[in-house]
Amino acid sequence: MNPRILAATTGRILRQLRHDRRTIALLVVVPSALLTLVYFMYADQPTPPGQPSAFDRIALVMLGIFPFVIMFLVTSIAMLRERTSGTLERLLTTPLGKLDLLFGYGIAFGLAAAVQAAVAAGVAYWIFDLDTAGSSGLVIGIAVIDAVLGVALGLFCSAFARTEFQAVQFLPVVVVPQLLLCGLFVARDQMAGWLQALSDAFPLSYAIEALQEVGANAEPTGTMWRDVVVVLGAVVLALVLAAATLRRRSG
Amino acid sequence: MDDAIAVHDLLVDRGGRRVLDGISCTVPRGAVTGLLGPSGSGKTTFMRAVVGVQVVTGGTVTVLGLPAGSPALRHQVGYLTQAPSVYADLTVRENARYFAALHGRGRAEADQAISDVGLARAAGQLVGTLSGGQRSRASLACALVGEPELVILDEPTVGQDPVLRADLWARFHAMAAAGTTLLVSSHVMDEAARCDRLLLIREGRLIADDSPAAIRAAAGVDDLDEAFLRLIRAGESGPTAATAGREAS
Repeated sequence: MNPRILAATTGRILRQLRHDRRTIALLVVVPSALLTLVYFMYADQPTPPGQPSAFDRIALVMLGIFPFVIMFLVTSIAMLRERTSGTLERLLTTPLGKLDLLFGYGIAFGLAAAVQAAVAAGVAYWIFDLDTAGSSGLVIGIAVIDAVLGVALGLFCSAFARTEFQAVQFLPVVVVPQLLLCGLFVARDQMAGWLQALSDAFPLSYAIEALQEVGANAEPTGTMWRDVVVVLGAVVLALVLAAATLRRRSG
Repeated sequence: MDDAIAVHDLLVDRGGRRVLDGISCTVPRGAVTGLLGPSGSGKTTFMRAVVGVQVVTGGTVTVLGLPAGSPALRHQVGYLTQAPSVYADLTVRENARYFAALHGRGRAEADQAISDVGLARAAGQLVGTLSGGQRSRASLACALVGEPELVILDEPTVGQDPVLRADLWARFHAMAAAGTTLLVSSHVMDEAARCDRLLLIREGRLIADDSPAAIRAAAGVDDLDEAFLRLIRAGESGPTAATAGREAS
């Protein structure tokens, strides 16, 4: 990796994003709009005594899931465009290193996700009175790590897609199983053993658990830090695997 | 070490078909070498092999003294793909500055590369809104911005108007005079006459490797188009005649 090339690549990806105003608007507005839906869905639901309200429980998890799903999709398509436009092959004939490109995407979309997460968290806390025992800063920080996880998995999966049709199919293949088993619908310890094993193997499960730890505890817990480390480890693993799938030579 | 590129017995298979069938040739330094041949003859595959992005079946390709695709060559080789490979959602200037940064060059070099290809007035325009010819020049600017020692250009003048084409060829010769080696592909024979040296390939085989004058002399005609036709016919009737052009030099 070369700091100058990494910075140029990150800047280039952000400039591409800046020219696409509609995408910026969608990135910023959609999570807040969906949170609004969730708020009104649960507005009249009774809360059992001594438990967090349904909105508090679900909105917190959503703050982690939105950036993960959105950045996975955006990255898969962005990388596929690099392949089909020939720019990827051209980049690989320049002094750019594979990790310069992959980390460039991770940092650029991570920054975009930080804006997105801050806006969504602002709406959740100030307009809808989201209540978490831990700090909102930790919630946003974990949401950004979730976004970077989405970017890393998107970069890796895009290697296996030749067309846009294939790329979007990786959403149900890679993202939906992680959503189903992350503990949002059924608590992980109440699932059948083999489902728990699958859930334990999915990085999103740890990301969601980290958010739930912040929701339930005033101070950062050991479990939360372990979860954050697991997710970051998954990010690095996905990026290294993605680098291994980038071939400078093709047939 | 006089040759910029030395190719020996190059074999390439793509999709189960032999695309390059035993090509051996050299490209001299500081000159414009034309790679001529009809569409589908293997020009792009040959250039990809020189740049080092093509998986080859056999043979060797040596570029500036190193095996093609060596990491050190990424600083010294500029490659223009046939389809313009620039970012459509960035302006011409943003594209040029990005590729300049990859080669450790600054804004001044980026602006120079843009004006060298005649795009100064469109520098602030998004590449996606340019005409086909402008877009391919934007791509060319990005290939030249690193001031590489060896420039591989795959059909750089397609779709350009005659005045611009003449300007670009003058630019290529100025670069060669300054010591840059250029390998330029074309399927238009009238561009062949502008090259210092010609490689003609057809169906994956090298048919001629000489200067335009020597090729004309070997075929006994003034028109290069006609000369190539004769060389091809001669090659089909007997393998010894195919090297007539080379022997004449």
